[in-house]
Amino acid sequence: MNEIVRAIGNVFLKMPKGFVVTLRHFFKKPVTIEYPKKKKPMAPRYKGRHYLERYDDGTERCVCCGLCAAACPSDCIYMEPEENEKGERFAKVYEINQIRCIYCGFCEEACPEEAIFLGHEYEFSSPDLNSFIMTKDKMLVAHPRKENPFKKLIRKARKVYGTVDK
Amino acid sequence: MSNVSKTVTLNMGPQHPSTHGVLRVVLELDGETVVKAEPVLGYLHTGIEKTMEDKLYYKAIPCTDRMDYLAPMSNNLGFCLAVEKLMEIDIPEKVQWVRVCLAELTRINSHLVWLGTHALDLGAMSMLLYAFRDRESIMDMYEAVGGQRMMTTYIRIGGLAQDIPKDFDKGIRKVIKTIKAGLVDYETLLTNNEIFINRTKGVGVLSAEEAINLSLSGPLLRGSGVNQDLRKANPYSSYEKFDFEVPLGKNGDAYDRYLIRIEEIKQSMRIMEQALDGMPEGPYRAHVPGIVLPPKEDILYKMESMIFHFKIITEGFKTPVGAVYQAIESGKGEIGFFISADGTNKPHRVRVRPPSFINLAALPKMCEGNMFADVVCAIGSIDIVLGEVDR
Repeated sequence: MNEIVRAIGNVFLKMPKGFVVTLRHFFKKPVTIEYPKKKKPMAPRYKGRHYLERYDDGTERCVCCGLCAAACPSDCIYMEPEENEKGERFAKVYEINQIRCIYCGFCEEACPEEAIFLGHEYEFSSPDLNSFIMTKDKMLVAHPRKENPFKKLIRKARKVYGTVDK
Repeated sequence: MSNVSKTVTLNMGPQHPSTHGVLRVVLELDGETVVKAEPVLGYLHTGIEKTMEDKLYYKAIPCTDRMDYLAPMSNNLGFCLAVEKLMEIDIPEKVQWVRVCLAELTRINSHLVWLGTHALDLGAMSMLLYAFRDRESIMDMYEAVGGQRMMTTYIRIGGLAQDIPKDFDKGIRKVIKTIKAGLVDYETLLTNNEIFINRTKGVGVLSAEEAINLSLSGPLLRGSGVNQDLRKANPYSSYEKFDFEVPLGKNGDAYDRYLIRIEEIKQSMRIMEQALDGMPEGPYRAHVPGIVLPPKEDILYKMESMIFHFKIITEGFKTPVGAVYQAIESGKGEIGFFISADGTNKPHRVRVRPPSFINLAALPKMCEGNMFADVVCAIGSIDIVLGEVDR
């Protein structure tokens, strides 16, 4: 008998407290956002799709040293170097396989020229497998720049060396 | 009729929603009573331990994120501490405190997901929504600190990936405020809930002796009343400087484990507040040339740093010959990393002591002889992540 009284007491005294909690949320502002219409701003350090930086004069920062490819835990970076007429190295081919990439940011951390960064773009699903191979023309930021860089650069000025005689 | 068997064999999983992943439990039922319960593993085997042997030490850190994906920072911390022990690196005090703060944040993250899913298994739908709502604040903090919401890879050998952001203190305090407000909701909904108590009290009982014999750890062991917490028993990363209590259970049932995890969330917040109040100043990486990467500012302007940077990234560092074991207390229990080093730049063997896997061994003991409907509650109360069980 006591057991039954206790159970009834619980149902009528303690359970309504729980209902009050759920009912209170009925009047609160929703915590969700309507995703494709509204977007959440990403944190400054967010690691999304890669982009390649340029100097202010439009030359590419990447010198194709291969350190990003060496640091990559999933081996998704492929590059081929070449020299221009001044004798400066640049990447003729620079490809990132976005399906292999795990977005750990080791390439960004390894880069001694501050050339590669992981940006804030995260919507890159596609039905075409080949479109996931990011080539250089897809990654290089536009010159002159249309939008502000996602991440701050430590070294802004370009080092100018003498031209190499050939 | 002679060909009628008395028991029925039932496959629970691998696609059952309340097995928290791809666990398959082969149940032998006599009516509604479980005669035998056998967990079948391996559906999510990814060979993480083997992959780590093929990578340089610093490249193996992202692998650890992907084991227990609800507690990435704890896994990072365990592996990095093991390597630091092997290389005998002294860690700056600030780094240790930040690591403690993040490890406790991870514990809350892990417990919140457990709370939501466990309550959902028992029929409390709104708990899942509330737990994930509050977990979002932790995910935002991860994103602000490490740049990723789940696979953070923020803790590195010898320090941290980057210095903590400027609003670290403010962000963590905001998280604590959110969780504190959330805890009121959880406790009102569950702690005195007649249905929840009926479903969890006296379910999956393990005595202290059984728990020790099964070498359990974490809330499962402490729920049975055994006072064993590595943060107290074997302090790492300056845990000895923090003041907190280890909650203990009495009956060793699912309800006690629930109470312990709720109390652990509160204690974690206490530790985090202490860590923020007394956060020391200092560098975010140890200065050990040739082993720990120099800061990025130095690489761009100093030749020597640049050389070390190139050497570490391309070749890694050579370790002494030997073996180390370092265990930490993650949200699920003792996660330990055993590294056997052969003097090269890659580990010869990495063995992980996964808490989920060893705690899962208690499932037959918890289920056998009990009702079939309580299997779901028993699995839930173990708190398994199949990514860690199968590795």
